[in-house]
Amino acid sequence: MPEAKSKVSPSRAARFAVFLFQRVVQAIPVLILVAIGVFGLLELAEGDAVDAYLAGIGAGDAGLAAELRDRYGLGDGLGSRFLTYSTRLVQFDLGYSIAFSRDVSTVILERLPNTLLMMISAILLSASIGVILGGIAAMRKGGPLDAGITFGALILNATPGFWLGLLGIILFAVKLRWLPIGGLSTLDADYGPVRATLDVARHLVLPVFTLALTYLALYVRLMRGAMIEVGESGWVLAARARGVPERQVVLRHIGRPALLPVVTMIGLQSGTLLGGSVVIETVFSIPGLGALAFEAVSQRDLQLLAGILLAGTLLVVFVNIIVDLAYGLLDPRVRLGAGEIA
Amino acid sequence: MTYLPKEFLRGLPAVFMASALISTPVFAQDTPVSGGTLVVANDTEPRNLNPAIVASNGVFYISSKIVEPLAEMDYDTGLRPLLAESWEASDDGLSFTLNLREGVTWSDGAPFTSADVAFSAMQVWKEKQNIGRQIFRNLDAVETPDDTTAILRFSEPTPGQLIENALPAVTAVLPAHLLEGENLDETSYNAAPVGTGPFVFAEHKPGELYRLTRNENYWQNGQPYLDQIVYRVLPDPGAKAAALETGDIHVTAFSAVPLTDMARLDAIEGVSVIPGGYEGITYNITLDFNHRREELGNPLVRQAIAHAIDQDFLVDVVFLGYATPATGPVPPTAEDFYTDDTAKYPFDTARAEELLDEAGYPRGADGTRFSLRLRPAPWFQQTRDTGDYVRQALAAVGIEVEIVTADPGGHIAAVYTDHDYDLAIGSPVWRNDPAISTTILYQGGLDAGVPFANQWGYDSPEMNDIIAQGISTLDTAARTEVYKDFQRLAQEDLPIVFLTHFTFITVARDEVRNVANNPRWATSGWADTWIAADQ
Repeated sequence: MPEAKSKVSPSRAARFAVFLFQRVVQAIPVLILVAIGVFGLLELAEGDAVDAYLAGIGAGDAGLAAELRDRYGLGDGLGSRFLTYSTRLVQFDLGYSIAFSRDVSTVILERLPNTLLMMISAILLSASIGVILGGIAAMRKGGPLDAGITFGALILNATPGFWLGLLGIILFAVKLRWLPIGGLSTLDADYGPVRATLDVARHLVLPVFTLALTYLALYVRLMRGAMIEVGESGWVLAARARGVPERQVVLRHIGRPALLPVVTMIGLQSGTLLGGSVVIETVFSIPGLGALAFEAVSQRDLQLLAGILLAGTLLVVFVNIIVDLAYGLLDPRVRLGAGEIA
Repeated sequence: MTYLPKEFLRGLPAVFMASALISTPVFAQDTPVSGGTLVVANDTEPRNLNPAIVASNGVFYISSKIVEPLAEMDYDTGLRPLLAESWEASDDGLSFTLNLREGVTWSDGAPFTSADVAFSAMQVWKEKQNIGRQIFRNLDAVETPDDTTAILRFSEPTPGQLIENALPAVTAVLPAHLLEGENLDETSYNAAPVGTGPFVFAEHKPGELYRLTRNENYWQNGQPYLDQIVYRVLPDPGAKAAALETGDIHVTAFSAVPLTDMARLDAIEGVSVIPGGYEGITYNITLDFNHRREELGNPLVRQAIAHAIDQDFLVDVVFLGYATPATGPVPPTAEDFYTDDTAKYPFDTARAEELLDEAGYPRGADGTRFSLRLRPAPWFQQTRDTGDYVRQALAAVGIEVEIVTADPGGHIAAVYTDHDYDLAIGSPVWRNDPAISTTILYQGGLDAGVPFANQWGYDSPEMNDIIAQGISTLDTAARTEVYKDFQRLAQEDLPIVFLTHFTFITVARDEVRNVANNPRWATSGWADTWIAADQ
């Protein structure tokens, strides 16, 4: 609903504040649903945190199990446990992780940077390569280059990530010895800040490329489809009729609006950011949030799982705000304002 | 290269295997050199690293290098003294005297004394430890007449043999001066233990590594040889194998590399597959029956199922030869206790079908006699694979099996608390004495919720009586005989079937020396492990 309702046009900053506020308010019901869902699902799972722990230590007796349940607060009834859990969440108290014997916030913050670094690099890399290849494919629609790109991207998409990762390890780490096998830094290396950064970058090459290649097909297909569609719109015809150089038509009149679905997809994929990739994290021994969430579930660690999901929800809200801002930059028709972008 | 060909190993009891291994002359003439960092693969990060509270192999793997027990297992002498130089049980079984080593200090410099043993025994092993709570149930007091003597006083006669056999796994000694008055469940000690052992806890980078450094005050002169041990968290088996190949890691223990990769790794120059050093922590594969299910309460059906399973096939296909068929609940590596004079159920499908007919469960019109739900323990590839094999094997005799899977927590609750299963594949551990973790698989009258124990619904007065005799017979020879009866009755009643015994496999780079040189190698102190400079 364009500007009809505005009597006095509020300042940009005020409009932005309202927009942010709305976004945060919208996230609240989501958070509540997620919190209840987490509790309910873990409650439905067979076995509790003590069972998971006893499975790990391989021996125990009934007295030990009872003592542990008491200590972990699992001896109380369902209602009172839910009350404790929800009170804590409302106070933003993430609590204590029983599986790691540390505060949940500590455990999450230890891993958050690794996951963000890996996933943001992978998604951006994947989107950039995807946009370029998708663009080329669209311009050569029906040609052998188009077929090659589409086919290659689909093959990569159908390849399991762990297999691609292991192939990468065997080729680049074991045979060629160009890249490290896993982890995030060289063991016992005493590097200055520059070399240390390069060292981390070197460790990230294989996992980031593995992830990026598995996502690639998505962006290639999106960009190709969008460019073909936009290429048929009236303004492209008009631009060509005005004699705008073809290069500019492709980049500005077709390419720029065609980026919209790509940006939308980046926003959607941000949901997987925090989930990380359990498989890639495992193969490359990267301590990330994906493996952490998996551990939280298998250890029935309610507080930890809730903390991870809470962090994830906040991140998704945040990324989507950025995505909305990006729409405005890409498509001049989109204006940021309260109620306009829902 | 391998120390011995696999076929040769399979034919021999593991005892001979073990002695053959240590007398292998390949490295014998080498003199140990000090220095170097040993990097080993690790996949779990235990929440509590205190081995006196959590007696489990995952914890020992790391913390046995920091906190020492009173004695360690040894291929030649049975037990090698560590913090205790000698020990003796009284004739009445009411006391067990420990003569402690002199001149030992904690890594913080404080002297180690009998007060530490008294504190550990009374407040930790007896009160807190997952295994010690049973063994030291009747421990009344620990007297400390002087700094190097500790006398354990029991309220009921307790066999010296049992305490002796339990020394390596359950007697990690904690520093009283750091822990007395602390809340043992919450103390920061559990994340960074201090001990008398050859190494000192240095750091834990969650998700990445643990680092232990040399204890300069270690009581054994000249040891340890290594400067550091780094446990690198490498969860993926394929990545572990690759890291061994590149030399990023030196050792993987506990069969962390898939068995199917062993031959390939063995062929790599500089990497060896070493199938020894775990005899003191032998794992077993069992087929557990829920006797509450009418068919399985019938001994004929259980015998039939045992006959339907080809143990040799399991050994060859699931374990690729790295296991031995079981004849009962005690592995043959436990020479003292083992007897093969037990009822056997050789692979014979015709006999199985005969027994099932006799039990009153003929094949129906569709060829099926009845259906069962099988829960394989989810923690080892081998337990899951055994489940798949049992399903096929029982289908051949007309029993339909549906596999039900859960994660470890779910499996424990379903089998040991809710009894929501018909068949289960278990992997109980042999811990050096039947009374530690084996007889509990046959003990009647346990509460629901006791894990890794008899939750099968089997309760035999005769069996309960034998088990009671085992923990009260003081004479070692007589006690050993009691456990031979135990094995015979276990195989006769067949409440569960022991299918195979397996020990884990270490894969190590050849420059690492003194690997697998005791029966609990991976969970021992590694004071004598060293790295050869040129390879």
